Amino acid sequence: MRSTKTKPVSGKADHGNLPKCLTGIHGLDEITLGGLPRGRPTLVCGGAGCGKTLLGIEFLVRGATLFGEPGVCVSFEETAEELTSNVESLGFNLTTLVRQKKLAIDHVQVERNLIEETGDYDLEALFVRIGHAVDAIGAKRVLLDSVEALFAGLEDESVLRSELRRLFRWLKDRNLTTIVTGERGQGTLTRHGLEEYISDCVILLDHQVTETILTRRLRVVKYRGSTHGMNEYPFLIESDGISVLPVTSMALKYKSSNERVSTGVPALDEMFGGKGYFRGNSILVSGTSGTGKTSLTTHFVDAACGRGEKCVFFSFEEPADQIIRNMRSIGINLQRWVDKGLLHFHSVRPTTYGLEMHLVKIHKVIQEFGPSLVVVDPVTGLLHAGTAYETRSILLRMIDFLKERQITAILTTLTSGTAMQEQTEVEISSLVDAWLLLRDIESGGERNRGIYILKARGVAHSNQIREFLLTSHGVELREVYLGEAGMLTGSARVTQEAKDESAALIGRQEIERKQLLLQRKRRALDAQIAALQLDLETEVQESEQLIAQEKLKVKKWEQDRGVMVTSRYGNSGMRTENGRPAAAAGKGK
Amino acid sequence: MKSPKLIDNTKAFEAALLAPISVGGRYTLRLFVTGTTPRSLRAIQNLHALCEANLPGQYDLEVIDIYQHPEQAMPEQIVVTPTLVKEFPLPLRRIIGDLSDTERVLTGLGIPRRHLARARNA
Repeated sequence: MRSTKTKPVSGKADHGNLPKCLTGIHGLDEITLGGLPRGRPTLVCGGAGCGKTLLGIEFLVRGATLFGEPGVCVSFEETAEELTSNVESLGFNLTTLVRQKKLAIDHVQVERNLIEETGDYDLEALFVRIGHAVDAIGAKRVLLDSVEALFAGLEDESVLRSELRRLFRWLKDRNLTTIVTGERGQGTLTRHGLEEYISDCVILLDHQVTETILTRRLRVVKYRGSTHGMNEYPFLIESDGISVLPVTSMALKYKSSNERVSTGVPALDEMFGGKGYFRGNSILVSGTSGTGKTSLTTHFVDAACGRGEKCVFFSFEEPADQIIRNMRSIGINLQRWVDKGLLHFHSVRPTTYGLEMHLVKIHKVIQEFGPSLVVVDPVTGLLHAGTAYETRSILLRMIDFLKERQITAILTTLTSGTAMQEQTEVEISSLVDAWLLLRDIESGGERNRGIYILKARGVAHSNQIREFLLTSHGVELREVYLGEAGMLTGSARVTQEAKDESAALIGRQEIERKQLLLQRKRRALDAQIAALQLDLETEVQESEQLIAQEKLKVKKWEQDRGVMVTSRYGNSGMRTENGRPAAAAGKGK
Repeated sequence: MKSPKLIDNTKAFEAALLAPISVGGRYTLRLFVTGTTPRSLRAIQNLHALCEANLPGQYDLEVIDIYQHPEQAMPEQIVVTPTLVKEFPLPLRRIIGDLSDTERVLTGLGIPRRHLARARNA
């Protein structure tokens, strides 16, 4: 159970040198940046029933169980038995801790009607008692709850004041990290001004009822030597103790998965860079009513269940049966996943209980079911259970919780028609990793749906608006028509597309015609080229013939000259040398 | 106006008041102190003087130093020191302080004034 809560590793981690003592109370250690001042008293004050004692007891129990620091509970109001049974419902077994010597409870009873004051006295006996209990179990932590009871039991206030001052000094000297509780007074933090003596750290608890819903709050009024969260933080008393909700995100240390998961809508995967979203992402689906938020989210669910993953569907508007029935109309059968135990519906009216309880329930269901995908439909429903600010902090906490576990979260938010589309009512847009915006596009007497990805961290996503259709076989995305007339959807788009189609047809025919013409021309030119080539060849042949004839003429002339020379000198040897005896002989004939 | 019955009742009441001493009931007193501080010593002296004067031979007194016996502080519900616990006769009473205010100590111990006066006279 407790494993859900982050356990900071070291108690000494802090800015500055002030040693701190982890309380183990979820959220408080974050606000105080590492816990309470070690070895010093801390005052926890607040009105009746705001959880002072519980905070103190949890401080001791966590110390004993998580940090190996035994604790002493000095109770001035309740007996050990009463305390034990009071915190039993939170899963704290004080009896066992006492038996294991990890905890000691000392009920200090001071009743004025049984006491007669007869002179000087001091609180030395109380010191001895605490000291004895501390030594017996080697305690490091002490709870004084509530030391102000002494003021009711003892008459001499001045003695008491100086003794209390001495007590806190003494606790400091013994290096005991102490929580001192005090009832809130009129205009002062505590009824008897304990804040005068305890100045190291003061925590104020409070509860406020806004529109019949109670919210507990915690504020660190003062923390000497350390920075701390300054705000009022809502806190819960859960089934396993106190849980403060720090408004700013906590450690931000969770690991990020690189696995991409399909949305269940192929065209949407395409918009997410072709691979879908990252596992463990928080995806916000926002839109005005009737834009198909729930239908879209069931695709995510259907796809996840189809992969064999578990899903939890938190519905604040519709009961499970109704969702299952409605989704059948778009061809999604969720019932089979419920039957297989892969899908769990948790439908509850937001106003059933306060935000705290909602968060507690959500945590519980998630822990018990162990889903890999969680749908909250719609998160704006939680606004009915608290103020926007509280809702935001609860959602933040929930998103952190889911991210820590790498659970994908699909959160839908309803934007009212008048509000800015790109702003969520609970302002969680900065917390989510991906944001799908569904919007309606009214034109030509029709109301059509559009979808676009407003943001998707770490994903090369489409920047385009798609038309979003709910068909009998699920969600389909279509390219919207973007033309001179603007963005067209629905039947306007269909008409325009048909027009375009015919225009394109005409265009195609024209091209074909042109191509044919070109072909013909080419053929004609080819023929011309062939004729010219023939001409050329003829001319070449003629030229060659002429050349050959000329050559022959030259030869003839040379031969004739040779014959003349022979006949003139009668030199046969020369004739042979010339190599033309036959010709000469021929000539001689 | 006074009915005889009422007078009887008053007598019975007074008799009852004196009863513990007249029947020889002993006072069981425990004084818790912290060490030998001046205040502790003052308390012990005051108590001795007071008991000797008012309850001679009729009391058992135990002085406990809770520095030495810290484990006794818790079961006895000792918060301040010095604390005088009157364990018997009942009811149990806690008298705190250095016992310098004799009147209040005696009131705390439940020793009636009339008896006091008689004891002094005797």
